[in-house]
Amino acid sequence: MASPRSFAKSEKRTTNDGFFMNKNLSWKLVVIFGILLVFLFGIFGVPKDWSGKGLVASITDRIHLGLDLRGGTHLILQVQVNDAVNVDSDNAIARLKTDMRARKINYADIVKPDPVNHPEAVVVKGITPDQSSDFKSIVADRLPEYDVTSGAENSFTVAMKAQNLKDLKDRAVTQAIETIRNRIDQLGVSEPVIQEHGLGQYQILVQLPGVDDPARVKEIMQSTAMLEIKQSLGGPYPSQEAALQDKGGVLPPDAVLMQGKSIGSRNSEGGEQWYLISRASAVTGRDLRTAEPTTDENGQPAVRFILTGEGGQKFYAFTSSHVGDFLAVILDNKVQEVATIKEAIRDTGIINGRFTDQETHDLSMTLRSGALPAGIKYLEERTVGPSLGADSIRSGVQAAVYGMLAVLIFMLVYYRWAGVNADIALILNLVILLGFMGYFGAVLTLPGIAGVILTVGMGVDSNVLIFERIREELRNGKTPPSAVEQGFSHAWITIVDTHVTTIVSAAILFLFGTGPVKGFATTLVFGLAANLFTAVFVSRVIFDWVLSRKQRGEALSI
Amino acid sequence: MEFFKNTNIDFLGKKWYFLVFSLIFSVAGVLSMAFWHGIPLGVDFRGGTLVYVKYSHTPDTAAISAEAERAGLKNARVQRYGPVGNNEVLIGLDIQETSEQALDNGKLKIIQALEKNAVPGKQDLNNASSITVGTELLNKDPLHLSGESDANPRYMTIAQAIVDYRDKTKGGVLSSIDELKGVADPAVVSSLQDSFFVSDFGIRNVEIVGPQVGHQLRNQAMWATLYSLGGMLIYLALRFEWIYGVAAVVTVFHDTLITVGAFSLLDREISLTVIAAILTLIGYSNNDTIVVFDRIRENIKLLRRDKLSDIVNRSINQTLSRTILTAGLTFLTVLALFLFGGEVLRGFSLALVIGILIGTYSSIAIAAPILVAYQEWRGERGKTPISMPLRSGNGPTQPKEKVRV
Repeated sequence: MASPRSFAKSEKRTTNDGFFMNKNLSWKLVVIFGILLVFLFGIFGVPKDWSGKGLVASITDRIHLGLDLRGGTHLILQVQVNDAVNVDSDNAIARLKTDMRARKINYADIVKPDPVNHPEAVVVKGITPDQSSDFKSIVADRLPEYDVTSGAENSFTVAMKAQNLKDLKDRAVTQAIETIRNRIDQLGVSEPVIQEHGLGQYQILVQLPGVDDPARVKEIMQSTAMLEIKQSLGGPYPSQEAALQDKGGVLPPDAVLMQGKSIGSRNSEGGEQWYLISRASAVTGRDLRTAEPTTDENGQPAVRFILTGEGGQKFYAFTSSHVGDFLAVILDNKVQEVATIKEAIRDTGIINGRFTDQETHDLSMTLRSGALPAGIKYLEERTVGPSLGADSIRSGVQAAVYGMLAVLIFMLVYYRWAGVNADIALILNLVILLGFMGYFGAVLTLPGIAGVILTVGMGVDSNVLIFERIREELRNGKTPPSAVEQGFSHAWITIVDTHVTTIVSAAILFLFGTGPVKGFATTLVFGLAANLFTAVFVSRVIFDWVLSRKQRGEALSI
Repeated sequence: MEFFKNTNIDFLGKKWYFLVFSLIFSVAGVLSMAFWHGIPLGVDFRGGTLVYVKYSHTPDTAAISAEAERAGLKNARVQRYGPVGNNEVLIGLDIQETSEQALDNGKLKIIQALEKNAVPGKQDLNNASSITVGTELLNKDPLHLSGESDANPRYMTIAQAIVDYRDKTKGGVLSSIDELKGVADPAVVSSLQDSFFVSDFGIRNVEIVGPQVGHQLRNQAMWATLYSLGGMLIYLALRFEWIYGVAAVVTVFHDTLITVGAFSLLDREISLTVIAAILTLIGYSNNDTIVVFDRIRENIKLLRRDKLSDIVNRSINQTLSRTILTAGLTFLTVLALFLFGGEVLRGFSLALVIGILIGTYSSIAIAAPILVAYQEWRGERGKTPISMPLRSGNGPTQPKEKVRV
């Protein structure tokens, strides 16, 4: 329904009124051109050169391509948070045992009844009733994160408090993300995504553009690189039996047998090697400050590590009292190398082991980034090879161009000059859509390109709605200005309704989807939001401009 | 140019034909889902392994199946993928081969089974990453750079160029290492010949979904669809009246059912992107329905003495031109997507092609008759017809609802 004011304006246009309208119009035109420039900047930035290649380069610089278009690896992994809980409850058991011994509390047994599903629960059996309050006070003093409840037959259940348990699990996930990020960063992958995957429990999403070798990524993420330096008490032996024989059939209580194996791929020596290694470690990976690739005295690739101040003191104390003994560098429970302690060492050491440059690089990186707090399990793995991504871009762009041309030409044929109007609005719609993506750093995926195409199809709907309504009003005998006014005002309600519902479903898609699907939802939402502006405001301004140049009563080309 | 001018078709009079038409398609789809193909869920929802392999020659799917069988991969599905000239094959393993303990086990087995001409101690250059190639070069050191500090980056750059040539120029498969002669130094090529062989295929794309994620994605897709429908219902109930919302949701449900049914009939897999397409259709089909409803609401205010069925018919006819045009144009773009968008988007664009046809049909044939049927049912029970002003008014020229201009 037209407001009386606009009706009067369009019917009784005087020169003055026309001048006013033109002024109003030129202001609107300025707004449109401003927006056009702003969004063009969003797409291209300031291109370094204006050739076709330079323009394409500046577009891809600002609008990021998704994994499905540029190739890459997508992984979803789950942190086995119960590992971290088990470590904590094992420590709790150790502390309880020590304290109970100190306070002379007798117990029959300490067990974890269900370490797989309930690693947080520890059951202490056989505590006499007269010592139970002592026991409770130990738990209260020494294990503030645990609750104690009494059970049948003088047993007690010591279990981590729910809030602490949740914190511990969350922390394990955050730490795992940190560790993985540190490691991935040093791989030199550009724009990696490493974040909590909110759709599942304790899951992490890892997206690595340009990496099509998930096996290697997994190797790097998963290698725990647990470093320990311990005293070697004997070896190498060709087998475990030989080691036992050498020690008279019984191993010393404070030592274990460990296999020696170089992780270096250049290792060509065959045969097993076993060492007798002290249980206590001189220093561990936690005492490490940094590690870096270097070369040893023979010019072979090796890894140099530097200890923290505290670690250095420990190491100095150990080495100064063990000059002449053997020292074993142990990585992931494999003896990496054994060397004689020639003199007291403070804080620097070298690990050599027939590495390639790449391996020394990887090893120092994993040593630096520290161990994962818990194991990880892979739930999903997708790899897109670069050749497929290139094909997808080609076919996606091809489909977009053909689809768009079909729509643009049809509009011209069907609506003549008004079709030009619609085409301008559509092109501006696309410019704004792509500009939005440039500004927001949104990711363009293959379904995203489909979203762009669909935006063209659905975006033109608004123009069709308006134009059909204008034609209807013209058929009903309205003058062109009034028909335009009516057409726009009637179609506006419908356009808002249709856009809101589509944006609602796209927004839900955005919330639930991942990767490619999210890219699709993004383009659809941006595209339709831009369409509200282009199909209604821009189109209207163009109509007004055309009308302002027409004589009264002259027909409208629609 | 104008295709539809002052049409006057009695759409509501044909509602029984529409009903029969819709029933045939829905029932066929439901029967197929129940007894024939089931709901053909893709690897995203079912879990499993998909490996897309490109061959340097025309692949023999029967031979590939036999090789997989011999490697102990039971029930491997081998099918051609994409245009014949592309020499591509899709190999699918079900969830048994995709345990979470060793997620990529199935993939590794497939590669092993297909590398028929494997040379012991040599790696497959067609399935090696640039890092593998670079590390190998670094170890072999064909350019004698071992003393130099930049040996590592230099070999990595050479490796990247080799892999790029394979992937971008040769489409992913080299047929012989000699093909690299123009790309790399002769010393490098001969060193590659020492440590690599070329198989007759390259892996283009791998999708491995473990059971847990499959389950998760299934839930997600279901909730997304339900939320989407719920959102629509609420919005329409607020903007119009609840019966409009119900009619729209029933319509959209009808569209979804027929689209999913068509996928079952055609035995095409429903992947994550197909669900995205279906959610888009929910929005799109609603657009059409809303356009008709908006017109009905407008006409009810203007023509308050007419029968609702006449008003509805008139509204459909008035918006017919727009409905057909928009559907036609959107269909055109989606068709371009289906024809030129490539194999990856085939399922997605198929869903859109089917859905846009059905969505347009249903806004005329399903949504509007529901409104009229409801009103007639209320009329029989002696209640006020819908959408007539319920509050007392001053006259027909003053609409009771909020006027929207």
